[in-house]
Amino acid sequence: MLETFAEAARLLLVLDPAVAGIATMSLRVSVAASAIGCAIGIPVGALVAIARFPGRAVVVVVLNALMGLPAVVVGLVVYLALSRSGPLGHLGLLFTPGAMIVAQTVLVTPLVAALTRQIVEDADGELGEQLRAMGLSTLQRARTLVFDVRFSLAVAVLAAFGRAIAEVGAVLVVGGNIAGHTRTMTTAISLETQKGDLPLALALGFVLLAIVIVVNAAAAALRSHAARRYG
Amino acid sequence: MDVLRGSFLTLAAAALLALPAAAQTSITVASTTSTEQSGLFGHLLPAFKVATGIEVKVVALGTGQALDVARRGDADVVFVHDQAAEEKFVADGYGVKRTPVMYNDFVIVGPADDPAKAAGKDTLEALRKIAAAKAPFVSRGDKSGTHAAELRYWQQAGLDLAAIRSDWYREIGQGMGPALNASSAANAYVLTDRATWLAFRNRGQLRILVEGDVRLFNQYGVILVDPKRHPHVKTEAGQRFIDWLVSPAGQKTIADYKIGGEQLFFPNGPKG
Repeated sequence: MLETFAEAARLLLVLDPAVAGIATMSLRVSVAASAIGCAIGIPVGALVAIARFPGRAVVVVVLNALMGLPAVVVGLVVYLALSRSGPLGHLGLLFTPGAMIVAQTVLVTPLVAALTRQIVEDADGELGEQLRAMGLSTLQRARTLVFDVRFSLAVAVLAAFGRAIAEVGAVLVVGGNIAGHTRTMTTAISLETQKGDLPLALALGFVLLAIVIVVNAAAAALRSHAARRYG
Repeated sequence: MDVLRGSFLTLAAAALLALPAAAQTSITVASTTSTEQSGLFGHLLPAFKVATGIEVKVVALGTGQALDVARRGDADVVFVHDQAAEEKFVADGYGVKRTPVMYNDFVIVGPADDPAKAAGKDTLEALRKIAAAKAPFVSRGDKSGTHAAELRYWQQAGLDLAAIRSDWYREIGQGMGPALNASSAANAYVLTDRATWLAFRNRGQLRILVEGDVRLFNQYGVILVDPKRHPHVKTEAGQRFIDWLVSPAGQKTIADYKIGGEQLFFPNGPKG
C-alpha cells in the first residue's frame, strides 16, 4: 500500500502530457453539464419552491429522490436514446463528448433543482410575505428570491460540478472511454485499475482530487469577493 | 440577474462547449478489452493514421457487447475474437464479411504454489483438477470472447458447470483486467489471453500454469458493419482500416508490438 502511494507520488512528477488532455476533457464535459444543469435546475427549483399547485408535495419528493439517481442507469438510458437504433440516433452523438454532456446534465439537473428548491423555500419563509404584499407575480418573486440567495446557490452549483466530475458510470457507457476523444479522468482511472497499474490509477486520482479542490477554492474566493463587493 | 436570460445565455455557452473539436475522417471501432488493455491499439492506430490520415476511435468492450454495439449501428467496424459469434453476426446480416487478422493464445494463470496441481500443457485436465480441488477460479462471466472460450473448455472437459459450481467458481461479470485483479487478490485460477496478462502489472502471486495447448489458440477477426443495415456506416474509411490491417504493412505493425521483448499478437490475415 505504502509502495503504491510512493510510486504514485513519483508518477505525478513525470505525468504524461496526455493527462493534461484528459483533465481538460473532464473539465469541459463537467463544466458544460453543470452549466446546463444550473440553467434548467435553478429556475425549476425556484418555481417549485414558491408556486402552489396540486401534486407539489409529490414533485418535491421526486426531485429529492432523483438526487440519488444512479449514474450507470442514466448512462444506460441516454445510451439507448442516442444509439443509432434509438430515437435520437440520427444526431450521431453516441461516443462523443456531446453524449457525455447530455448524460451528466440528466444526472445533475435534479440535484440542482432539489437544492435550489430547499434554499429558495427557506428564503421565501423569511421574505415571501413581503413580496406577496408588493403584488409581485410568482415569476417575479422567484426571480427576486433567486437573486437574494445567489451566494447560497453556489453550493448547488458546486454540488452539481462535484457529482459530474466524480462520476464514471454514465460517461463510460455513453462516451466509450475512447483514447484522445472521450477519455476523462474517471474513465482513465477505471482503465488503469483494470490494467492492474494501480500506482498510475492512484496518481490520476490525486490529479482529479487536486482539480476538484482548486475549483472549489476558486469558487469560495469568488464568492467571498462578490459578497464583499455586492453583498 | 434576469434568471431566464441568464439561463438562456448559459445554455448557449454550454452548446458551444459541446461542439466537436475538428471535422476529420474518423471511424468508430468496437473492439475487445484485450486489444485495448494490452496496448496493441496504442501501437497500431498511430501507424494507421500516418498511412491514411484516418482517425480510429476504439470503444473497448467484451466481444459480446462489442458485437451488440455494432448490431445497433453504433460502430463502423468490429474487431473481436469469438469466431462462432462473428460468423453469426455476418449471417444475421449485420456485417459484410469476416476477415481473420491475427491470433494470440489463452493461458491459465494461477497461484505460484498451484494447490490444484493444474500446471501443464493440457487445458481440459487442468480444469478437471481445479474443479476436483474446488480451488478458487475466476470467470469473466460477461459474454466476452474469453468467457465463451472458457465455457467451451469446461464443456470439452466433460464437466457440467451448472452442476459442479459452488463458492469456488466466481463469476465477476467484468473485463479481463478486473478478472486478473480479482484472481490476484484471491489467489485464484483464471483463463486469460496472453496479451492482457503480459501487459498486466498487479500480478501478485500469479504466474502462468497452463500454456501451449492447441486448444488455447485465440483468433481475432475484423468485420465491416453492413451499410445496407445501417446506412450511416463509414464504409470507405472502415474498409480501408480492414484492408490496412491485413496488408503487409499492417501485419508487420501487429507483429512488431512487443512487451518485454515478447511478441503479443501473431498476424495471420489472408494472403494477397
